[in-house]
Amino acid sequence: MDHFPAQDLIVGTVFLLCVATTVAGALLAVITTRIVRAVCGLAICCVGIAGLYYFLHSPFLALMEILVYIGAVCVTIIFGIMLAEPDLTYESKRDTTVLWGIVALLAGAAICWGLSRLGLQGPWPAPPAQVSDGSTKAIGVSLLSTYSMAFEAISLVLFVAILGALVIARAGRTKA
Amino acid sequence: MSIIEPFRLLLFLVGIMAFVGLNAAYLVWVERKGAARFQRRPGPTEVGYGGLLQPIADGIKLLSKQLHVPPGADGVLFRAAPLLVMIPAMIGLAVVPFSESLVARDTNVGLLMIFAFGSINVMAIMLSGWSSRNKYAIISAARIVSQDVAYEIPMLLVVVTMLMATGTMNLNEIVQQQAGWFWRWNIFRLDVNPLMPLTFIIFFVCMLAETNRAPFDMAEAESELVAGAFTEYAGMGFGVFFIAEYANIILGCAFATILFLGGWQSPFGVWSGVFWFLLKMYVLVFTVIWVRWTFPRTQFYNLLNLSWKLLIPISLSTLILTAVVMKVLK
Repeated sequence: MDHFPAQDLIVGTVFLLCVATTVAGALLAVITTRIVRAVCGLAICCVGIAGLYYFLHSPFLALMEILVYIGAVCVTIIFGIMLAEPDLTYESKRDTTVLWGIVALLAGAAICWGLSRLGLQGPWPAPPAQVSDGSTKAIGVSLLSTYSMAFEAISLVLFVAILGALVIARAGRTKA
Repeated sequence: MSIIEPFRLLLFLVGIMAFVGLNAAYLVWVERKGAARFQRRPGPTEVGYGGLLQPIADGIKLLSKQLHVPPGADGVLFRAAPLLVMIPAMIGLAVVPFSESLVARDTNVGLLMIFAFGSINVMAIMLSGWSSRNKYAIISAARIVSQDVAYEIPMLLVVVTMLMATGTMNLNEIVQQQAGWFWRWNIFRLDVNPLMPLTFIIFFVCMLAETNRAPFDMAEAESELVAGAFTEYAGMGFGVFFIAEYANIILGCAFATILFLGGWQSPFGVWSGVFWFLLKMYVLVFTVIWVRWTFPRTQFYNLLNLSWKLLIPISLSTLILTAVVMKVLK
């Protein structure tokens, strides 16, 4: 016997666990009223997505998801929260809250209906054969050949963002 | 997947947990003894011969204390933070090659794995500080973010430099490239980058800062912040943070050993094995303890200035230098 007993069942359970983590994290991020917990929900959601990437045979992308989205994005958001008001203040209900709730519900239902209809009835393209082996080398080569334009554009955007941050940080600072 | 594989992984999991637990317990003893010697006093002597049973006594004391969640604290996050802080070190050790075959998961992205999960560590300590609802803890949490973000950049730049020199993210392959005499170790590979020893020093300084060790322990500055982010934690909640600190030191030193000091390779080209790895790692661990009891704590602004004004420019220039040297020599 060269297979572990109930191997497919275990793998399937882990896959479902990843999906459940993603959904639960997303729900937590939306539902909770405490902003720190919402960020934690985002982080949990990212862990689930990283697991899904791993199931798609791309461990590199899975680790990048964790490194960038949890290590950088979530930490930056929490840092932003810390600079803001630390007290947990709740906004009191306004008169229009119920109205806006109904509008949001309608919009959400419409989007849900549209997407479900597209997914269930629309024509699905044949699942592509594996494009590359998902290795770091394949990703690197395609980033610097096929997608070099997008790659350079993104680096330019980040460069402008850094310059903007420097300008904002420098304003109002006297020479010490 | 063969039938053996899951059992092998399970065995490695138990082994890593035992390794971390034993190391944390006895590194505390080594630290206390070392600190005592640096300060010309005997250190723990009462429990067991030379205080050798002291960690067990400490453990029993911590386990028997009440786990208290302060009123007004965020209960869920407060309890989750100690669990989160243990995860990165455990996962990181899973890809560390202790010897050629003694590695839990020999993956091609091992190097990235340590860094990806290491970033959770910042978040965990920060959440512990935030959820405590304590002024000292929140100040400490804010310090931790700015410190760890500042020192992650030069560390990643150094690692990218090493990545260019080695050409692989598989930790076992990186060690295998350094076979032979000790001048084949990456720290002495001056043909790739003449500033390689300096790169190692930058890496070591960043590792001290990332693990929140003195002289960079702004997160737990006893004299100004009580116990920083861990002020409100009692009993084993505090104990887990303590274990995690030592687990991270072990992981950092193991990583430095693999990346710069040839991992399990012998310095003389013969008799390579796990004992060389452990020897190099514990020399680095001792250096970490040595540094803590030798240098005073830095000031917070000096800490950030050191990173942004010194370490990042230097590590960026070594990165460019490596690229130029490799391009020219190729």
